[in-house]
Amino acid sequence: MTDLARTAPLAVPTTRRAGRLRAVLRSPSGVIGLVLVVLLAVAGLLSFTGLLPHDPVAQDPPNRLLSPSGDHLFGTDQFGRDVFSRVAAGVGNSVLISVVAVALATVVGTVGGLVSGFFRGFADTAIGGLTNVLFAFPPLLLALALASVFDRNWFTIAVAIAVVYAPIFVRVTRGPVLSLREIEYVKAATSTGQGRIAILLRHVLPNIGSIVIVQVTLSLSWAVLTEASLSFLGLGAPPPAPSLGSMIFEARTLVEIAPWTMIAPGVTVVLLVVGLNLLGDGLRDALDPRNRGGRAR
Amino acid sequence: MLRTLIHHPVIRRAVASLATLLGVAVFVFVLLRAIPGDQITAALGTEAAALTPQQRSELEAYYGIDQPLVLQFFSWLGNLLTGNLGYSTRSQESVLDLTLAALPITFELAVLAILLALLIGVPLGMLSASRPDSPRDAAGQLVGLAGLSIPAFLLATTLLSVLASSFGFNPNGKAFVPLFEDPALNLQQMLLPSLVLGFGIAAPIMRTTRTAVLEVRSHDFVRTARAKGVGARRLQVRHVLGNALVPIVTMVGLQFGYLLGGAVVVEQVFSVPGIGRQVLLGIQQKDYALVQSTVLVIAAAFVLVNLLTDLAYRLIDPRVRAA
Repeated sequence: MTDLARTAPLAVPTTRRAGRLRAVLRSPSGVIGLVLVVLLAVAGLLSFTGLLPHDPVAQDPPNRLLSPSGDHLFGTDQFGRDVFSRVAAGVGNSVLISVVAVALATVVGTVGGLVSGFFRGFADTAIGGLTNVLFAFPPLLLALALASVFDRNWFTIAVAIAVVYAPIFVRVTRGPVLSLREIEYVKAATSTGQGRIAILLRHVLPNIGSIVIVQVTLSLSWAVLTEASLSFLGLGAPPPAPSLGSMIFEARTLVEIAPWTMIAPGVTVVLLVVGLNLLGDGLRDALDPRNRGGRAR
Repeated sequence: MLRTLIHHPVIRRAVASLATLLGVAVFVFVLLRAIPGDQITAALGTEAAALTPQQRSELEAYYGIDQPLVLQFFSWLGNLLTGNLGYSTRSQESVLDLTLAALPITFELAVLAILLALLIGVPLGMLSASRPDSPRDAAGQLVGLAGLSIPAFLLATTLLSVLASSFGFNPNGKAFVPLFEDPALNLQQMLLPSLVLGFGIAAPIMRTTRTAVLEVRSHDFVRTARAKGVGARRLQVRHVLGNALVPIVTMVGLQFGYLLGGAVVVEQVFSVPGIGRQVLLGIQQKDYALVQSTVLVIAAAFVLVNLLTDLAYRLIDPRVRAA
């Protein structure tokens, strides 16, 4: 009996998961998204291994504002720093901050949604109230306010972004948990005397997995945009840490004489967000055929 | 009578909004008290270290920060409710005056941006929906994807520098003028900022329009209307778009948060002295009285818009009203 209860819900998602991945790969836009994200993430990760062609923060004044060449693929900036290496390191920082932010938001938000929807009562009221308060702030403004309060480094920026996006996870998981609570097999599990935490982990969590996965991809693209906007406004990780947003900010006075300083980080941030959006849309269509419409940001 | 009034959904929704606002006030208060350093170090900078203990305690009494936190909160809240938003420590002006000057500018920007977004998004969504999965649908979707993926700050800086250097068009280089002083110049100065913001929200509006139009078109009444000889244009506008309005209005309301956040970026790039720029300036100058009250004003505006969207929803959709 217990064996059956343990294997049954696990067996179904594994076979379904393989099918879902295939479904994502069937849509051309999903494939483009996946390729873009993987390529950029690999380039970004290179920056943490020291394999970049140049040191992204090393200044070289005699070679300032060089146009793109074999040695400097994307040219150099006003301090003679290699733009290609800076863009790669910027993508690395951006991906690092966004992934940590969304991971935090996912865990905190999903646990909040599970507790809120499953246990109801005071926990539901408290979590709901806090969620409403956080939703009352325009997202970028909340991130700005939090980033201005913290002692800024890459981790506190990630925390600021996580606070903004955690409420979304509470909201998208609570509803499904509420209805799962009333479903027969969950009631059956309750009647066999399983603990409530065990039921949550074994029967409820696996069933909201696809909702969470889709939300993770979409949130990643917003997190990248938020991080870039913060650093453009001078509230990202402090210099000299390379960041796509601050590179674009610095390039705005150089566009006429050195357009590559703007084009390289600009095109890269757009490609990264496009990739995440396409991947997110592909996943959503594969996992939830009902929802193909617009969405809130 | 009173009981039915209390349980009226509109009243309940309004009470919930008030409770949220109170929570927002607590959150903003706690957040800004968490900042390392206090108003004294913020106002005097490194010179604060040179203060004698007596000078320091006098200043603490002056700013009211020697009081218990709960008392400080309620005195701040009481001041807010009587219209005293505090004084900017930098410019020595009242935050209320600064906000009253900045708010209409951001409001104008938001209205223009929504208008532009509807003008771009709705026709594009209808075009996409008119032949799903065709090249024209793909083109529409591509514009939508661009709107979602191009950061406002990138579009703003690019437009500003390209137009200024190639065409010499830079109305934002001149000092900002309010709408009623010089409407022609004001609208020129608002054109690029509202276009950038509008492009960002045109994308979700386009996607929503496409989905809603496709959904409405599949209903029987559209076939009936066509069968009884309603013209193509009237069918599209009155029967299909009319019924697709509810999700579109909801989406516009939902995008208001993006609009207020995006306003920070866009107002900064184009030097528009709106409410977003006021927050950013406050943050950069460590003018916490300014930040605290302005953030609260923006959140209040956002809560109010959400409430109004809900109410608008009831007016448009009779099904919600009955529920």
